[in-house]
Amino acid sequence: MKMQILPHQERFRSRIAFGLGAILGIGLMIGERGYIGDTWRLYSEDILFLTVQHIQLVLVSSGLAILVGVPVGIMLSRPRMQRYSEAVLQVFNIGTTIPTLALLALSITLLGIGFVPAVFGLWAATLLPIVRNVFQGLRSVPDYLKEAATGMGMTPLHILRSVELPNALFVIFAGIRTAVAVNVGTVPLAFLIGGGGLGELIFTGIDLNEMQMLMAGAIPVALLSIAADWILAKAQYWLIPRGVNPLRN
Amino acid sequence: MIKLEKLSKVFETPGGGSVIAADQVSMEVPEGEICVLLGPSGCGKTTTLKMINGLIQKTSGKIWVAGCDTDEQDPVQLRRSIGYVIQQIGLFPNMTIEDNICVVPDLLGWDKTKSRRRAGELLELVNLDPGIFLKRYPKELSGGQQQRVGVIRALAADPPVLLMDEPFGAIDPINRAVIQDEFLKMQTELRKTIAFVSHDIDEAIKMADKIAIFKDGVLEQYDSPDDLLARPANDFIASFLGQDRTLKRLSLLQVQDVMFGDQVRVMARDDLEKARGLMREVGHKNIVMVGPRGRARGYLHLNDILDSTGKVEEHYQGLPATVNIRDDLRSAVSKMFRHDTTWLVCVDDEGFFKGSITQRAISHALGATYRDSDVATGAAAEAL
Repeated sequence: MKMQILPHQERFRSRIAFGLGAILGIGLMIGERGYIGDTWRLYSEDILFLTVQHIQLVLVSSGLAILVGVPVGIMLSRPRMQRYSEAVLQVFNIGTTIPTLALLALSITLLGIGFVPAVFGLWAATLLPIVRNVFQGLRSVPDYLKEAATGMGMTPLHILRSVELPNALFVIFAGIRTAVAVNVGTVPLAFLIGGGGLGELIFTGIDLNEMQMLMAGAIPVALLSIAADWILAKAQYWLIPRGVNPLRN
Repeated sequence: MIKLEKLSKVFETPGGGSVIAADQVSMEVPEGEICVLLGPSGCGKTTTLKMINGLIQKTSGKIWVAGCDTDEQDPVQLRRSIGYVIQQIGLFPNMTIEDNICVVPDLLGWDKTKSRRRAGELLELVNLDPGIFLKRYPKELSGGQQQRVGVIRALAADPPVLLMDEPFGAIDPINRAVIQDEFLKMQTELRKTIAFVSHDIDEAIKMADKIAIFKDGVLEQYDSPDDLLARPANDFIASFLGQDRTLKRLSLLQVQDVMFGDQVRVMARDDLEKARGLMREVGHKNIVMVGPRGRARGYLHLNDILDSTGKVEEHYQGLPATVNIRDDLRSAVSKMFRHDTTWLVCVDDEGFFKGSITQRAISHALGATYRDSDVATGAAAEAL
């Protein structure tokens, strides 16, 4: 007989795994002589400075991507744009097939090196999942809801605001979560075009074959990704109305 | 209240052709009545309904709602003044039941506390506890509960006119009958003017004051359910209504329409001689015995008491069944068949004897309208 894994058992297991990991991590960190303690002693200043820079890159580029992506997605989903929407999305799709590194390199030719081209490259890479999910989310709102809304005397703007967007919110949020995850993971590459961030420690560490320096960059990057996803997951849980939130019942 | 005049809709098909979905439809729904638009799929009934509130643009013709030409009204304002119910219910999943009900009042800028209180009252009207349901989300309600909310949402701003597009189509038969009854009960108080799309003949007969039958965009016949069943205008309507359309009329007529009222009666203490005399006098084989205040208690059959003597109370038999004068003929016939009898005693709500009904009278009532219209055909047949 196959044993069934119940949800609470699964949670229990993952807690054990997490606990072991934490103990191991603490063990590594213990004391000035520990590996992480040692790294921190050597690179704390760099880590703090670059982490701030890293976060700035994430916030600015994904913030801009949301600011642009949501309205574009909304516009593409409007009935009178229907003819063009598939074509526009295809252009965006081709955009994502370009490797992010190449995208960053291309933005050098456009904007030179530094913070601005890095933000531009990251923005372009983050945009698609947002636009696509906003579009798909709005398109998947059932027609009869829109018909009921129209039939009761809502204007198109009203319908967008109080029917379409709230009902598409879960899908839209999923897109933003994916986009930010991609973004955080790509930011280290920004260093290559002079954008700064924790990539500086990683790539310099690789070049100098300095494992400790590499880890000083890699570990904060990993922690940042986890933190970002955790924050967005919480936001997704609490910000989306209960009636349309499959996570809440 | 709702008046359509030569209303037409032509859809252009991608191939360059055109489909006439509604062809010169003219009809009028008087104030406070339910008009059911009936017909097979693709007959233009839904198109006609949706042209009334402008969800589908008409190609030509005129529509008046509550005395106003809809061409002269802003479609958005017009829709806010017309209640609208669709088959898929269309409750907004992101809003609580309370907010769903108050959609139109909010659009009209009504006072929030007032509209919220009304939402509670409306819920009570359809037997849903406001304390439980106001703050719930649609996904937490059963299909039948959702459909009830869908109906009262259309009533929230108290519009004089309701458009309903197969509102009870997606509900199981048992719940549907319950909701139909609830709705009819509400309608007797509210007296809304209602256009109601359905493809279910039985629903139409039950709900409608008038039925409009559509075929291929043409309004074939617009009549009361009884006239429609008794005198279908053509073969299409006759076949659409079904072979058993005469039986369907049973549910339209009440017992009191057909029964023989003011029947002779005897009391328990009367002599059998008197009972026999009364029966011979009116030529009946049965006589009903009533209690002191006139409640039906039992009956005597002439053959059973031909040679007997004594009082009625010594010889009467119990009534196998009685039928309420406000029951429809359908249940009267059903009772006759169940008890294998050809007549039933009719009583009112208190059980007082009001008259009797016979199978002969029922078949005569159903056949009457046919005989009127069959006179010509009958004469023609005789001539052959």
